[in-house]
Amino acid sequence: MRKDSFIYRFFNLYYEGFKNMTLGRTLWAIIIIKLFVIFVILKVFFFPNFLKEHAKGNESAYVAGEFIERAEQ
Amino acid sequence: MTNLLLIDAGTIEWSRAQFALTAIYHWLFVPLTLGLAVIMGIMETCYYRTKNNFWKDTAKFWQKLFGINFAMGIATGIILEFEFGTNWSNYSWFVGDIFGAPLAVEGIVAFFMESTFVAVMFFGWNKVSRGFHLASTWLTGLGATISAWWILVANAWMQHPVGCEFNPDTMRHEMVSFADVALSPFAVSKFCHTVTSAWIIGAVFCVGVCCWYLMKKRETKMALESLKIGAIVGLVATLLAAATGHKAGQDVAQVQPMKLAAMEALYNGGTDVGLTAIAWVNPFSQPDYENEESAPLRIDMPYALSFMATNDFHGYVPGINDLLNGYTKPDGTREPSVDEKIERGKKAIAALADYRKARQEGLPVDSLRAELATINENMKYFGYGYIKDKAQVVPYIPINFWAFRIMVGVGCLLILFFAIVLAGVYKWPAKLWQKNDISALPNWHYWIAIALIPLAYIASESGWLVAEFGRQPWTIQDMLPTWVAVSDLHSSSVIITFFLFLILFTTMLAVEISILLKQIKKGPDYSS
Ligand code: HEM
Repeated sequence: MRKDSFIYRFFNLYYEGFKNMTLGRTLWAIIIIKLFVIFVILKVFFFPNFLKEHAKGNESAYVAGEFIERAEQ
Repeated sequence: MTNLLLIDAGTIEWSRAQFALTAIYHWLFVPLTLGLAVIMGIMETCYYRTKNNFWKDTAKFWQKLFGINFAMGIATGIILEFEFGTNWSNYSWFVGDIFGAPLAVEGIVAFFMESTFVAVMFFGWNKVSRGFHLASTWLTGLGATISAWWILVANAWMQHPVGCEFNPDTMRHEMVSFADVALSPFAVSKFCHTVTSAWIIGAVFCVGVCCWYLMKKRETKMALESLKIGAIVGLVATLLAAATGHKAGQDVAQVQPMKLAAMEALYNGGTDVGLTAIAWVNPFSQPDYENEESAPLRIDMPYALSFMATNDFHGYVPGINDLLNGYTKPDGTREPSVDEKIERGKKAIAALADYRKARQEGLPVDSLRAELATINENMKYFGYGYIKDKAQVVPYIPINFWAFRIMVGVGCLLILFFAIVLAGVYKWPAKLWQKNDISALPNWHYWIAIALIPLAYIASESGWLVAEFGRQPWTIQDMLPTWVAVSDLHSSSVIITFFLFLILFTTMLAVEISILLKQIKKGPDYSS
């Protein structure tokens, strides 16, 4: 691929950039740990989709039931 | 908030506390990102215009601090969306598309703008032209600002729902006008105030860091030049925040008068109302607004609240008791009392129950016109159907009252502060600054500037306290109170995640602050 082509320069920007990072390495490490904690630990174990689990595919009926019941309480 | 329902009261309060904790934490990063984006953009523009490497080094230094904050802030907002799905599932379902559309646009725009322009900004020095690099730096800031726009559109909709229609079959709000939602005047003024207030945070941070260098007698040239930019941005931003805050106050007066009354501890309204400068409102208990004429020791600025709310010095502003008992507006129309609104809310809920039952029995929509009409007519007050006691619709006055005063008080202090810093850097008036060089003042001057960084954050977070506590008990204004919006969870699971977050957030904040301090101590890397 020609070195002055747009695609080469585009990928080279990222490649060289990532290769030469100093502080960036620490920051990326933190970002990756954080994303892991957020998406793998928190989302999976602590933040289930409540309606998916309780409404069994009929969300509107479930929510309507909640709204009507809570008005009667 | 008294809760008369079977749903675990702990679940509501802990879910609220958890959401508040996450939002407050998220908001530590956002304003610095938006604010430093402007500061570093201006610095790089100086480099572009002068071709002087000093400006390049300066811009790179501030970009590094921006990068640290940006990296730490990434994805902290996503947790709020998880909480919607888990803790606030009824609410999430009920808001339907209205949230989905702006948040999806935000996600896509943020991803593409940030992944391209942030990369060029950090990796592109000496690889792309100076002009393209400069454009990328500004576009990074613009991308973040556009993201803020969509989030604020979603927030503004909860405070003032527009452009939607409720569908009783799906139990969701459906968007009837994207333009009405995206360009709601409430969202516009919220955006203007929030963004200008974020610029203040960037400016205070910049000035504080520069003052630290001046105190340490290091990087004096960079500190002085950055100080000028920080102080100019700061002064302009605080004046703009005051103007946009005034507009935000007018909007609140129109669409959330109870919030305004709580902010002002205005128990009984009227015409020619003054703006409370100071009064004694016990921070730890809800005042007896029903029986007290006004808050004790109240000193006000005559006519100012009437003017702020209505653009007329003699305009009518309702107080908490007027809003509870109903009142006649200056145009002759009547604002219903809370009791009347409760009746209308109950009618809407009963019509919804009948409609759903009939639909389950297989009746066609056409035969249910009466129920649909009742729902539509009363939807505006749907949430009042869940109110058992009028006191439930009065937000906690002390937080609103004091948070508003902290925000405005710090805003006024900052106007003065930035003006003094600017006078110092430009040595105006010359006589005063002849003997006092801003780069060689006694240390306590610099400490004041450094101490203003946390103070400005407190002001900014106080703004959100006003905006969010002021609309209690509503998750959607007048339509959905917190105790209906919340999922039927066990409070213990919410308590566990609350403390988990507290530990996680505190650790991450400590990591961010330590990395930031290390880089500030290290200072800029000079190219020659
Ligand atoms: C100087 C005069 C100021 C006035 C009159 C003012 C007024 C207001 C009002 C009325 C609100 C509530 C808006 C709503 O509930 O929709 C608000 C919110 C807010 N304010 Fe201020 N403010 C001022 C200064 C500041 C300063 C100095 C900061 C930050 C350093 C700030 C940051 C915020 C934030 C972050 C919010 C929440 C977002 C929003 O609702 O717009 N404000 N302000």
